[in-house]
Amino acid sequence: MEMTFVTTLPASSVLADLPEVIPRKLAKRATGGDRVFELGATAIGAVVLIITGGIGAFLAWQSIPTLQRYGWSFFTESAWQPEADVLGIGAVLVGTLSVAAVAMVIAFPLALLTALFISEYAPPRVKATLVSLVDLMAAVPSIIYGMWGYFLVMPHAAAFALWLHQNFGWLPIFQVGADPDAAVWDVSRYVGSAFCAGIAVAMMVLPMSCAVMRQVFSQTPQGEKEAALALGSTRWGMVRTVVIPFGRGGIIGGTMLGLGRALGETIAVLLIISPDFVIKPRVLEVGTNSVSALIAGRFGDASAAQLSALLTAGFVLFMITLVVNTLAAIIVNRSRSGAGTDA
Amino acid sequence: MTTTQTEQWTASTQLPVIDPDAPPQFPRPGLGKATSEESFTLIGTWAGALAMAWLITQRLLPLGGWPWLLVSWLVIGIAFTVVTGSMAGRRVDVVDRVAAAVITAGALVVGGALLSTIGFVIFRGWEPLLHLNFFIDDMSGVGPRDPFDRGGIGHAIVGSAIQLGIAIAVTLPLGIGTAVFMTEVGGRFAGVVRTIVEAMTALPSIVAGLFIYTVLIVAVGFPRSGFAAAMALSVMMLPIIARAADVVLRVVPGGLREASLALGASRWRTVWHVVLPTARPGLATALILGVARGVGETSPVLLTSGVATFMVTNPTDGVMNSLPLYIFKGARSPESMDIERAFAAATVLLILVLVLFVIARLMARQRTTAPRPSLINRLRRLTQHQETR
Repeated sequence: MEMTFVTTLPASSVLADLPEVIPRKLAKRATGGDRVFELGATAIGAVVLIITGGIGAFLAWQSIPTLQRYGWSFFTESAWQPEADVLGIGAVLVGTLSVAAVAMVIAFPLALLTALFISEYAPPRVKATLVSLVDLMAAVPSIIYGMWGYFLVMPHAAAFALWLHQNFGWLPIFQVGADPDAAVWDVSRYVGSAFCAGIAVAMMVLPMSCAVMRQVFSQTPQGEKEAALALGSTRWGMVRTVVIPFGRGGIIGGTMLGLGRALGETIAVLLIISPDFVIKPRVLEVGTNSVSALIAGRFGDASAAQLSALLTAGFVLFMITLVVNTLAAIIVNRSRSGAGTDA
Repeated sequence: MTTTQTEQWTASTQLPVIDPDAPPQFPRPGLGKATSEESFTLIGTWAGALAMAWLITQRLLPLGGWPWLLVSWLVIGIAFTVVTGSMAGRRVDVVDRVAAAVITAGALVVGGALLSTIGFVIFRGWEPLLHLNFFIDDMSGVGPRDPFDRGGIGHAIVGSAIQLGIAIAVTLPLGIGTAVFMTEVGGRFAGVVRTIVEAMTALPSIVAGLFIYTVLIVAVGFPRSGFAAAMALSVMMLPIIARAADVVLRVVPGGLREASLALGASRWRTVWHVVLPTARPGLATALILGVARGVGETSPVLLTSGVATFMVTNPTDGVMNSLPLYIFKGARSPESMDIERAFAAATVLLILVLVLFVIARLMARQRTTAPRPSLINRLRRLTQHQETR
């Protein structure tokens, strides 16, 4: 049997009785007060764009003469002797990276463990308190971590460095220019190192990474976790097979955000290190430097050319942190776990 | 292969026998509250490990001191967990217990580090705090070895307040205005602004300070002053506040905006009466966390404000001290009294940050139609229900 569809059209007589339909006017452009609002908001946006973008442009513009003057050697030269016209950020770049590397080696496992503890192991009653504590830890000023690192941790860190040197001294990174088995050990060779500074910096980046990781872990679908448990998994089995794979993007992204912070940290590093301009992988040995500590230490007596060189160093640092942060944002957003995170 | 065998095989399909009363082949992992036996094993393991660690580090090996005791307690505790775990269950259970022990220990280390930071600062700096003049006086004419009943950090507190006040006056309208522009007006240009603002959150604070130093102090010839420091702080805080406000405004439900527009409100009124009030707690949190970041930031101030030992209230008139800068200079001083004063100032700064943080948390709590609970109750509940927000 065939079905026929019959569309009933309204009789023309009915239409004729209705008043003529005039479509409402839709203004695409804002009018009146809305126009003022739109223009005002755009103006504020433009001002902020000029301010913030201006900084980046200014730094780039100031770097040109320095880079023209010193060329590629600006990145490889380790000495910073403006009076001899020898300038380079080789040593401070390596120092920055080694401080950040030590910080990440300490902060990454602790941040991951803390995030897992808060999201999966902590009793539900204290969970919110722990989340607040991590946020509070992120709000503690860096100068306070610097004092903690300098006055409380550094003596113990030096003793630990000696122990590492004695037992793992055959590794190049654990070497120190001192006799490890001397009757009276030379404390001054083990303090003020990248290792000591890295511990304080780790305290700063840890809560940041931990917060991102925890946020991502907390978005793990409850159903998948329950499925793992229902299949007979232990709690760790559930964490290993569901929570960590789901939060991988958050783990990587949070770590990289922390790395971006670690690279730019100034005051704790400045307080702890003994400034030195040598490219060296020996993180336990006294003397290192970082780009930010270089700027803080040398800006006061800088001539115009030297200031330009410092700005170039700052620009290079900014570029590195920018790349790291952007990669982190992309990783957090791309991953499945990143949906809805604003980390 | 004979036919009979095949027939036998096909005939002998065995259905699984379900015996609901039979014990499980392996003990199932406990997921609920720990049984008393499990608790006993846990406590016994770690108590035994502590005793063993004490014996090894303090009596047998030349590793005196509490750091080694704690480290070896952790290592021996995990070893003991393996032993006690393998006595009770299979390999999977052992791994589960070790993982739980390691994760809990990691969290405890972090908690201990935070506690030791706060405790150490207060422990080293409590003495000057007992004198009222420490909060009111300045350090002019006070020698490094003068007793604590002379001099104080009044000038640093006032300086910090003035610098932050100016920085907030600059960043609050600009930051929230930008966020309104990015979320409510939109368009391609807003995308550009958002990209740049997000990129500038990566700006290290020392570079922000160096920028203001180069532009305002070296090029323009403006003196080192509180105003220059406030500008450096503003440059640092502006992207942070703008981005946080953007995040907050973006989560305002679109339905609210559409309802307001459908009722005939203009876009400006929609923003002013619907979007901003809805986002107010979040905006307040964003601002306060930005301020908490700014108040403790030393490096931009170090480059731009100079150090004064006396009270300065005019932000454009020469050098001005602030709390982080005072702490930094004191911590680098060779005089032990200066260091102690720095620790006391650090305690003040820490309490300031804590208060700001608590206010931010109180503000972030969702408003309800129920009568507002008393302050004490709100403080008590502050630490709960964060997750549900």
